Amino acid sequence: MVTLKELSQKEELLAGGHRLCAGCGAPVAIRQILLAAEDPVVLANATGCVEVATSIYPYTSWRVPWFHSAFENAAATIAGVESMYRSLKKQGKIPADKKIKFIAFGGDGGTYDIGLQSLSGALERGHTFLYVCYNNEAYMNTGIQRSSSTPLGASTTTSPAGQVIPGKMQHRKDLTAIVAAHNIPYVAQSVPSHWRDLTTKTRKALAVEGPSFINVLAPCHRGWRTAVDSAIELARLAVETCFWPLYEVENGVYRLNYKPKDKRPLVEYLKPQGRFAHLFRPENQAILEELQKAADHQWEKLLALCGEDQKNLDSQSHQC
Amino acid sequence: MGKIVAMTGNIAIAEAMRQINPDVCAAYPITPSTEIMQEFANFVADGLVASELVAVESEHSAMSACIGASAAGGRVMTATSSQGLALMWEMLYVAASSRLPIVMTVVNRALNAPLNIHCDHSDSMGARDSGWIQIYSENAQEAYDNLIQAIRIGQYSGVRLPVMVCLDGFIISHSIERMELLDDEKIQRFIGPHVSYYPLLDTEHPVTYGPIDLQDYYTEHKRQQVEAMKNAKEVILEIAEEFKALSGRGYGFFREYCLKDAEIAILVLGSAGGTAQAVVDKLRAEGVKAGLLKLRVFRPFPLEELAESLKNLKVLAVLDRSDSFGAVGGPVFNEVRSALFDLKKPPKVINYIYGLGGRDLGLEDIERVYQELQKIASNGQITKLVDYLTVRE
Repeated sequence: MVTLKELSQKEELLAGGHRLCAGCGAPVAIRQILLAAEDPVVLANATGCVEVATSIYPYTSWRVPWFHSAFENAAATIAGVESMYRSLKKQGKIPADKKIKFIAFGGDGGTYDIGLQSLSGALERGHTFLYVCYNNEAYMNTGIQRSSSTPLGASTTTSPAGQVIPGKMQHRKDLTAIVAAHNIPYVAQSVPSHWRDLTTKTRKALAVEGPSFINVLAPCHRGWRTAVDSAIELARLAVETCFWPLYEVENGVYRLNYKPKDKRPLVEYLKPQGRFAHLFRPENQAILEELQKAADHQWEKLLALCGEDQKNLDSQSHQC
Repeated sequence: MGKIVAMTGNIAIAEAMRQINPDVCAAYPITPSTEIMQEFANFVADGLVASELVAVESEHSAMSACIGASAAGGRVMTATSSQGLALMWEMLYVAASSRLPIVMTVVNRALNAPLNIHCDHSDSMGARDSGWIQIYSENAQEAYDNLIQAIRIGQYSGVRLPVMVCLDGFIISHSIERMELLDDEKIQRFIGPHVSYYPLLDTEHPVTYGPIDLQDYYTEHKRQQVEAMKNAKEVILEIAEEFKALSGRGYGFFREYCLKDAEIAILVLGSAGGTAQAVVDKLRAEGVKAGLLKLRVFRPFPLEELAESLKNLKVLAVLDRSDSFGAVGGPVFNEVRSALFDLKKPPKVINYIYGLGGRDLGLEDIERVYQELQKIASNGQITKLVDYLTVRE
């Protein structure tokens, strides 16, 4: 069990003073993940907000070895680092008792889209590393362009809500399911609002032999057009509306980590976000309904995968 | 004396890699370089090397994994061709700019479209500005020797750059030649242990690689790369000297053949050098003052040395095995011609594009070039600055 007391006594590995926006969800998640890590870590970072805002030469926010190479290849890069670690260890060129954990960070653009092949390859090859997607549901670093993680109906700069087309016309991709289909030891979804969920999952992910993956919904107030201080609240709403369920797949076994006592209607999550504002006009009612339907369907499917459709689970939801 | 063997260029490269025993190799199959990693995979499977072989899902990931592995701190090698090199393009720059001494064999092959698996230099010539040292090989022996030297050159403290060793697809990669393999232990002694600078795996001393680097520093970092390339020139010659002591085979930036008193000459790189040499022998027997310069190192470009070597010629033909569409002539032509610009009496220079997509280059084609050079030498008239050999027009 990860405790706040324990985490509060550890050194922050992502130093303050970085240039991410105030209220950004990504560094909150990353700090939690790094605090949860018990061994030394080496990081690879895909191009994106986190990369550009933490490494402005000659400064760096990283108190751990960190490599940024390009947009689409964080997984292949960390796979190379991990391969060297295995090679040198096998050859006795680094001490047998020296333990290092390898983590790659990428946004949804760098993970769902341009980096998907690199990620899939590294997962299939079975490198021991954790890939964390900080998922803010669009290309925020370049100015809020739609990605395959952007939800249906969201207005972005390349799927703007116009006179004829009301925002993005496609549903988001279910990347967590795609990763789970690689049959790797550990896959999970989490959010920065549920720190114990995220840190516990990080510990589990870093403990396995082979690849692990955590998809973290990381609200972006610039792109989502919300209040600057809303990230944690929105992450919580995403969970409470079952738009972003907290679950894990451990060696193929699905487990729901949190089941809301009272599943909230999706509009409660969509309403505060400017990117969905146009959906609340009467002519776009159907899109709202479609979004709710898709979220319900996904939730039912997940309940079935977790064996939750048969039982009432209120008592078993763990403390998030 | 090592062992005299008959083997293809690809197998010779794989043998060199076995002897080098890199810590990590990451590669993806592509004709005609596939065989190298195939053979190397056997060495891994049989426990003849300690290397981790990462069989990635694309060349982009191959170079990305090589970059990660090299930054982690160890010796890293790979091989590719053509489209594979093209897919790596973005990462070639990252490897060089991050100053990672990865050594890559490029088995030269034409680029699509249309699809063609045979030799030309479009692939590596396109990567000439990526910051990699480029060494070209005339035959399997040279490819083997170049690869071994590349390990030393790349990791040299004032250099720390990735090195591409190029050999002609099929012509060298798949032809069996007589060559010498040096002793394993001699190679190990020659290359020495790998030296890592700021390895990522040194978690006690964390470093940030690949930061965002804006108007205030980027130029200085690029300037440092230029300096590293300059330093590489001296290092290439120094390592060649050491290699000569080891093998008896001498190397420089290029090899001159009958050039001292020549009036006309051809400059070429890769396997065509051997063909041209045979023609020079014939012409010399006929009393023609024909010479040849076989370029080995294209990056760093040996500008002063080439100018010095070519200064007494009347006419020079540069043979390019790739074109530079929209430019005037091929890349080797442009750079060589520029190198001669400041000479008091520069030779006239013409360019031939040849051998695209594996089009055979025969003795008679080279003879035609020398005939043209003789004509220009006697009447001073260049009729075509850039021409194509063996093309149907």
